[in-house]
Amino acid sequence: MLARSEQTDPSAAAIATPPRKSWLGHVRYVLVSNPVTLFAFSLLLLILTAALIGPYIVPYDPLATLPGQQLKPPSWQHWFGTDQLGRDIFSRVVVAARLDLMLSVAAVALSFVIGSALGSVAGYYGGWVETVVGRVCDTIMAFPLFVLAMGIVAALGNTIENIIYATAIINLPFYARMARAEVSIRRNAGFVQAARLTGNGDWRILALQVFPNALPPMMVQVSLNLGWAILNAAGLSFIGLGVRPPTPEWGIMVAEGANYIISGEWWVALFPGLALMLAVFTFNLLGDGLRDIVDPQRRT
Amino acid sequence: MRRRNFLAGSGAAVAGANLIPFLRSSAAWAQGAADTLVIATSTTINSLDLHRVGTNRPSYQVTVNLYDRLLTFGTKVTADGAVVYDYTKLKGELAESWKVADDGMSVTFKLKPTAKFWDGTPVTADDVKWSLDRAVSLGGFPGVQMKAGSLEKPEQFEVVDAQTFRIKFLRKSKLTLPDLAVPVPFILSAKVGKEKATEKDPWATEWFHRNPMGSGAYKLERWDPGQQVVYTRNDAWVGGPLPAYKRVIIREIPAQATRRALVERGDIALAFEIPSKDAQELKKAGKAVVVGAPIDNCLHVLCPNLDFAPFKDKKVRQAIAYAVPYDQIFKQAAYERGVPMWGGKSATPADISWPQPFPYTTDYDKAKALLSQTAFKDGFEVPLSFDLGTAEWGEPAALLIQEGLSKIGIKATIDKIPGANWRTRALVEKKLPLHLENFGGWLDTPDYYFFWAYLKGNLFNSSNYDDAEMKALIDETLHMETSDPTYAPKIKRMIAKAFDDVPRIPLWQPFLDSAMRKDVAGYTSWFHRQPDVRFMAPNKA
Amino acid sequence: MTAARLLSIAKRLGQTLPVLAGILVITFLLTRALPGDPAAYFAGPAADEKSIAEIRKSLGLDRSLPAQFLIYIGQLAKGDLGQSISTGQPVVTELFTRLPASLELTLAALTLSLLIAVPLGVLAATRPDTWVDHLCRFVVTAGVSLPTFFTGLALLYVFYYLLGWAPAPLGRLDIIVLPPTRITGFYTIDALLAGDFATFRAALAQLTLPATTLALFTLAPIARMTRGSMLQVLASDFVRTARAAGLPGRTVLFTYAFRNALLPVVTTLGMVFSFTLGANVLVEKVFAWPGIGSYAIEALTVSDYAAVQGFVLAMAILFVALNLLIDIAYTLIDPRIASEA
Repeated sequence: MLARSEQTDPSAAAIATPPRKSWLGHVRYVLVSNPVTLFAFSLLLLILTAALIGPYIVPYDPLATLPGQQLKPPSWQHWFGTDQLGRDIFSRVVVAARLDLMLSVAAVALSFVIGSALGSVAGYYGGWVETVVGRVCDTIMAFPLFVLAMGIVAALGNTIENIIYATAIINLPFYARMARAEVSIRRNAGFVQAARLTGNGDWRILALQVFPNALPPMMVQVSLNLGWAILNAAGLSFIGLGVRPPTPEWGIMVAEGANYIISGEWWVALFPGLALMLAVFTFNLLGDGLRDIVDPQRRT
Repeated sequence: MRRRNFLAGSGAAVAGANLIPFLRSSAAWAQGAADTLVIATSTTINSLDLHRVGTNRPSYQVTVNLYDRLLTFGTKVTADGAVVYDYTKLKGELAESWKVADDGMSVTFKLKPTAKFWDGTPVTADDVKWSLDRAVSLGGFPGVQMKAGSLEKPEQFEVVDAQTFRIKFLRKSKLTLPDLAVPVPFILSAKVGKEKATEKDPWATEWFHRNPMGSGAYKLERWDPGQQVVYTRNDAWVGGPLPAYKRVIIREIPAQATRRALVERGDIALAFEIPSKDAQELKKAGKAVVVGAPIDNCLHVLCPNLDFAPFKDKKVRQAIAYAVPYDQIFKQAAYERGVPMWGGKSATPADISWPQPFPYTTDYDKAKALLSQTAFKDGFEVPLSFDLGTAEWGEPAALLIQEGLSKIGIKATIDKIPGANWRTRALVEKKLPLHLENFGGWLDTPDYYFFWAYLKGNLFNSSNYDDAEMKALIDETLHMETSDPTYAPKIKRMIAKAFDDVPRIPLWQPFLDSAMRKDVAGYTSWFHRQPDVRFMAPNKA
Repeated sequence: MTAARLLSIAKRLGQTLPVLAGILVITFLLTRALPGDPAAYFAGPAADEKSIAEIRKSLGLDRSLPAQFLIYIGQLAKGDLGQSISTGQPVVTELFTRLPASLELTLAALTLSLLIAVPLGVLAATRPDTWVDHLCRFVVTAGVSLPTFFTGLALLYVFYYLLGWAPAPLGRLDIIVLPPTRITGFYTIDALLAGDFATFRAALAQLTLPATTLALFTLAPIARMTRGSMLQVLASDFVRTARAAGLPGRTVLFTYAFRNALLPVVTTLGMVFSFTLGANVLVEKVFAWPGIGSYAIEALTVSDYAAVQGFVLAMAILFVALNLLIDIAYTLIDPRIASEA
């Protein structure tokens, strides 16, 4: 992330129309050269599978409460045990993958799109736009992030949408700052001026020539934030501001299960916790791999 | 060494503190300090003065332990060995004796002559008058509670002489004397109050907010807001037998799991107000003594709001009452720490006991049949709300009710509402279509419960129930002596109406449970649901 | 000091002003947007409409928003943050007593985290893309992958409940120990200053579990940053030159590379610090730690405006001040900064 500034500028054409075959080859190269990334991608595949077909393959209805079956330890009937209402934890964990994935992807996509747009414009044009965007980011970042998210969700109400918005807002400055920094370094670079001379408009240059250079460091941020988004939702659930019950969601399941750790019903929190950990872990590990994949410099 | 001598008079503890090895449990020390009682609560005290505007419920325990009232209730032992207050037995706390006038329109108290405030000044009728004047003048909750006992204006309170005090009644009411034994009419030092009063603050609320001056069993040693209160014994207390513990430390431990770990490990003597699940398990495992009793005049209820169109129809409400999985809720939300309030035998009550089981059971066919007779036979959608602060039982109960309702075609969505918002929306604006509520009346008569919960406009009638006959019945019985021959028939009629109209569907009568270390005894359950530390003592058995 | 540098510092100071103004407005609006009516909440269980109105008036909630904002700014100018309704104390007093608790915990966690993460980062950087590197990455990533309250409760369960090694989670000190005389507000430091080693040990014992919980969570950013900046420095010309000059590997690594690599790590500490303070909120709740985080949760759920405002404001100003200090220090050291600003 720190070593970005001195990289050489790739040719604009290579970015605009990457040849399909070499791109796949590049992905293969990155995966093979780094086993951790390969591992992370296989984990991602697992989570994606759960999110896509999870609801159709689980053994129980994740919302059904089974009378007389509450707080049963893991067994053949219930692989991950049952929770305080007798719901099957395995089914809930698998089904929750979709919501959690959606929650984190939506939040990060929002902050990525808005943040990098704001940041790029600020970095490209400079002047008062840059000042305003910079100060707004400073202001948001001055708050301890979790506390700000807590405040926003408390104020707007604890729905999934609001959790997404809150997570998006607290992550926005990272993207804006990164995009601004990367764009402002290059706004007067030779290849940009060349593009200008050939009659390309500002927006076109910004989108196709300048911005792609900011992608590699931002990919790391994206993957980190995907993980944080889920952790954030879990934290909010712990203080009672998470998604609405009985929706299965890893964060709220861990938060509710945490109360049962001391009384010995460890499985209620452990399995959703492991799922959550696996997801965050996957996203964090993915970061470097994603960077290598989108990094024009590493493409040979 | 003086500064470190936190456990007054306990030399062993001082030596012990110096020896605490790094990373070692201090359970031994906490137990060794025989004169000190450590209690954990989940709630924060925000004032030492109950009369002050904005004082929260958990702060009432300060008043219970630091101050005296004229009267208090006696105690009794229930069948399963729990010590509970006895509503039928009034005792003097500061009053040595009292006598109701022959015309029944006033009562005269003789104060205990040896009663003294902590600063040594004697407690006189002037102090009593100043304190009661204060309770009815400051407005807010204290005023409302005093009014419930027909204690409304300072002119009612009269100083006869230094030891004699008279209250003139506005009307004859069975609630007046018991209302003098609730935490609100506590007696403060008028001398200190008058000294500290200012033009803007004639009742010295700012002073008493931080600096109590009473005659109660304990004195305040320190108050670290948000962390702890520490009491030291008042050896000159005359309100009752001298408490066994010289010091009491009440610590705030916000996380429920942490509190449970502490009491199981024996690092605290009492975990006050534990979740029903913990109560059930601790009792079964025998790791701590679970003390608890049903809370008098208190019910966990499901309220269909009559402002919401479908619930205007009595049959819809009855259908809901038949679609609640009572038994499952009792097992999974109440953990059987309560008294069942469903499955009553008859639609007309046999006696006037309250609360008593309603004549409903889980019967989805009956529910469907009832619903099909209404305009809403195809079902409808409704938000089901509960207070985040009561999520421990509210959430499982709401989820099970949601499941039950779905079986008769009613789609409920769960809505958790944070504390500050809850009061406004549920109780003040009364706008929640379907919600869980848990009112408990301090004064233990059925008419008192009905007054608060079944009368249009009153705070806990969050269902917006409005019925002329019910209103007439409540007005007639509220102040009536229970021995009046017309009392019982009227109460029976009231209960029968509550059965039939079901604006409130009772789920169960809750327990207030606490977990106590085995070497401690003397826990008493009170209607005010606060820890009374005055009667706690080492367990001799 | 040159005029250009002074100017750049002045400019940096000037930049914080709009941020502070923004913080004030956002804080105010956010608290007012909180649902519910604090007046109704604090009126008590049996209050009627009239008594709620009385409380609303005494809290100043019956006025218009702009009027409330002006009153707020006016009081703020006098150093008055208002009265917290959930604890009944002036917010300033609350912050004064609670901030040291949170800071002590955060700093302890950061110190612990640095002690582990920096060596891990260096180790990984010296052997990039080997199993050592991958293992380091695995370990630190695992730490940041679990919610702090879960880690906290799990540690509590094992080390307090099962093993009994850790002291009872009763806050900053065991109940039988009196807090040391306040000098800094940090119990460990104050106890040391007073020469009271027993209290020091007791305070440290209470700190261990919550600080470990937080440290696990902050390992990743610090280790990654150290690794990244070490790699960069190791690839730079002066290290190559030093190596070529035949200096021993250790000397190159520690005297040349490490010291230079540390600078970016220190700058990011500001960010990590804010991150930790946020995570604190949850850890404090688990360990009954009387800091500002647990205070904020309580205040937020009951819409205690003054307390939430004061808390967020204090946190934000702390963070702004910290970054300002770091930036100014940088301006003083690094001449290139002066031209950029």
